[in-house]
Amino acid sequence: MIIMLSHYLVLAAILFCVGLWGVLSRRNAVGILMGVELMLNAANINFVAFSNYITPDVISGQIFSIFVMAIAAAEAAVALAIILNIYRVYTDIDVTKINMMKW
Amino acid sequence: MLNYAWLVPVFPLIGFIILIFFGYRLKAKAPAVSISMAALSALFSIFLLIKVILGQTLEANYPWIKVGEKIFNAGFVIDPLSAMMLATVGIIATLIQIYSIGYMHGDKRYSRFFAYMSLFLAAMLGLIIANNFIQLYICWELVGLCSYLLISFWFEKPSAALAGKKAFIVTRIGDTGFFLGILLLFATTGYVGFTEIFNAVQSQTISPVILTISAVLLFCGAIGKSAQFPLHVWLPDAMEGPTPVSALIHAATMVAAGVYMVARLYTIFSASTTALAAVAWIGVITLLLAGSIALVMDDIKKVIAYSTISQLGYMMMGLGVGGYTAGVFHLMTHAFFKALLFLCAGSVIHGVHTQDIKKMGNLRAKMPVTFIAFLVGGLALAGIPPFSGFFSKDEILIAAFDSNKIIYGLALLGVLFTALYTFRLIFLVFLRRGWHEEGPDAHESSLVMTVPLIILSFFAAFIGLLGIPKFNLFHEFIHFGHEVPTPNYTVMFIGLGTAVIGIIIAWIIYGARSLSLNRLKTTFAPVYNLLKNKYYFDEMYDYVFVKTTTMISGILALFDKTVVDGVVNLAGYLIVVLSNIQKWIDVHIIDGMVNLSGWITAAAGNKLKYIQTGFIQNYTFIIFAGILIIIIIRTAF
Repeated sequence: MIIMLSHYLVLAAILFCVGLWGVLSRRNAVGILMGVELMLNAANINFVAFSNYITPDVISGQIFSIFVMAIAAAEAAVALAIILNIYRVYTDIDVTKINMMKW
Repeated sequence: MLNYAWLVPVFPLIGFIILIFFGYRLKAKAPAVSISMAALSALFSIFLLIKVILGQTLEANYPWIKVGEKIFNAGFVIDPLSAMMLATVGIIATLIQIYSIGYMHGDKRYSRFFAYMSLFLAAMLGLIIANNFIQLYICWELVGLCSYLLISFWFEKPSAALAGKKAFIVTRIGDTGFFLGILLLFATTGYVGFTEIFNAVQSQTISPVILTISAVLLFCGAIGKSAQFPLHVWLPDAMEGPTPVSALIHAATMVAAGVYMVARLYTIFSASTTALAAVAWIGVITLLLAGSIALVMDDIKKVIAYSTISQLGYMMMGLGVGGYTAGVFHLMTHAFFKALLFLCAGSVIHGVHTQDIKKMGNLRAKMPVTFIAFLVGGLALAGIPPFSGFFSKDEILIAAFDSNKIIYGLALLGVLFTALYTFRLIFLVFLRRGWHEEGPDAHESSLVMTVPLIILSFFAAFIGLLGIPKFNLFHEFIHFGHEVPTPNYTVMFIGLGTAVIGIIIAWIIYGARSLSLNRLKTTFAPVYNLLKNKYYFDEMYDYVFVKTTTMISGILALFDKTVVDGVVNLAGYLIVVLSNIQKWIDVHIIDGMVNLSGWITAAAGNKLKYIQTGFIQNYTFIIFAGILIIIIIRTAF
């Protein structure tokens, strides 16, 4: 079976939906963070796939995905630091209990 | 040298400026400044007079104010008339200031007095050399101002303050007419310079009616300044000032200004017979009125003051009947002998410390110099040859005789009055024996006062010789047109006879006392009271003008308080009512709307705040749901 661009796109869509599901349904803040990572990687797959199939001579898609990974790592560092601080105050990282910012 | 003639009024002006700023520090040296300045301008005036006698005259003009195309000149005129006046005024003012050293000695505003005297002199000299109406009017008002300052010099006395005010206000009434006259002439001819206006008058470009009106208006100024009927009331009150001031006002500066003005503008007056007749009749009325009042006054200065008014009446009458030279000549001789008489009166007052002639008597022995000087002045005033008044008065009488017999008759009656009141003073003050002997403190004045008297006596005695009939040097020097003096010996002897009769009557009543004074007073009680009360002029003015004005003001005040104030108060009340309505609208409607919008915002916020749940997943869900909806909408449409 020949692997087409559409296969990659479907994989990326599935991965994105899994990530989104994780973000929306997880109560654990770290779980939400992991969902976000999945969504970012789904986007990365798209970048690489489009780069490979649409413009094989130019590798800007691949480079872009590396930037995304770097930013995701930085984001994860900041987010984990915030979560650590929340845990210190609340002794919990359940986001349903952290609703101090409501009206 | 004639073109430096403008320095004549500048010298005393410098004196004034020095004294007004540094007079207080100079203290006793203050008179030195003003007298040296006055003497300087007197000497310069005499020098100018000599130049003019030798035949030089000058009229100079310098551009002063430029208004559009019109240029107003400042200038001066040196001709026989002004040169004569400059010399007369300069000499007399200098002598009076020397005399003032003694008279004002010890006064607390000593230097201020000399400052005012200097300004007075500067104003008068400026008036004399003026060759246009603007300068004339400025100096004219300055003279009035100085007379006010000097008459009310002892302003701590309420009567002196009032007299100063009266002099200023009464002369202002005349000045208003004078100013209107100037404006009328300016509006008609477009000039303010005398020469230009005289040319216009002589070429008959001004209509006779306007000429007459303006001449009469100009004469109003002279009526006020020279104390003519009906504005003569200020002059007797002006006696409240220090006696040297009275002398200066009466002899040289203030009252002479009016006569000098008429003489200077004689071209205008002589072009209108009506105006000349008005001048003559006002003069006659004044001389009789004042002469008769002088008969009964008990204040030595007031007698001389009324005498001045009467003599000014003579000058005006002389000018009015066409005796130009005669009027000007009398102005000059009168300046000398009246200054002399006033300074003598001042010397007497200085010696006996009263002005009431009832309390004086037999001063001949105690004040011999003053007596001789007063006698010379009196003889000159009464018109006894060879003293100066005789010649000038004789010329006036001849002019009156030639022009109008009624005026001549009335003027003769005036001569009788003059001799009578003059010798009444001499008999009562100096020659009365046995009545009330004056106290031991009567003494002759110091040299600084008697020397000016002696000098003035010489002038008063001999200056008239300039105008001897047949050899009339004065007439050759100052004349108007080509009139030729005609000596009239009949008139001369009638005038002299009348004066002698007056002296004899005075001797009978006051010297020999053959007629009882009390019996005369009771026999002629109505006349006596009328004269004693100065024809009730002050009362009449008080009643007619002051009371009427007060009454009208009262009515106007009532109107003001009720109607005008009422309207204002009503307007105020209405505004308060309107404001209250506006306030209600503001508080309830405008503020209500603002509050309502605020309340709505607050309420909406209160309801909408529940959107903020604080759950991160809610927000995320809404974001993605929103994106989905947008995508669906985009693909569907």
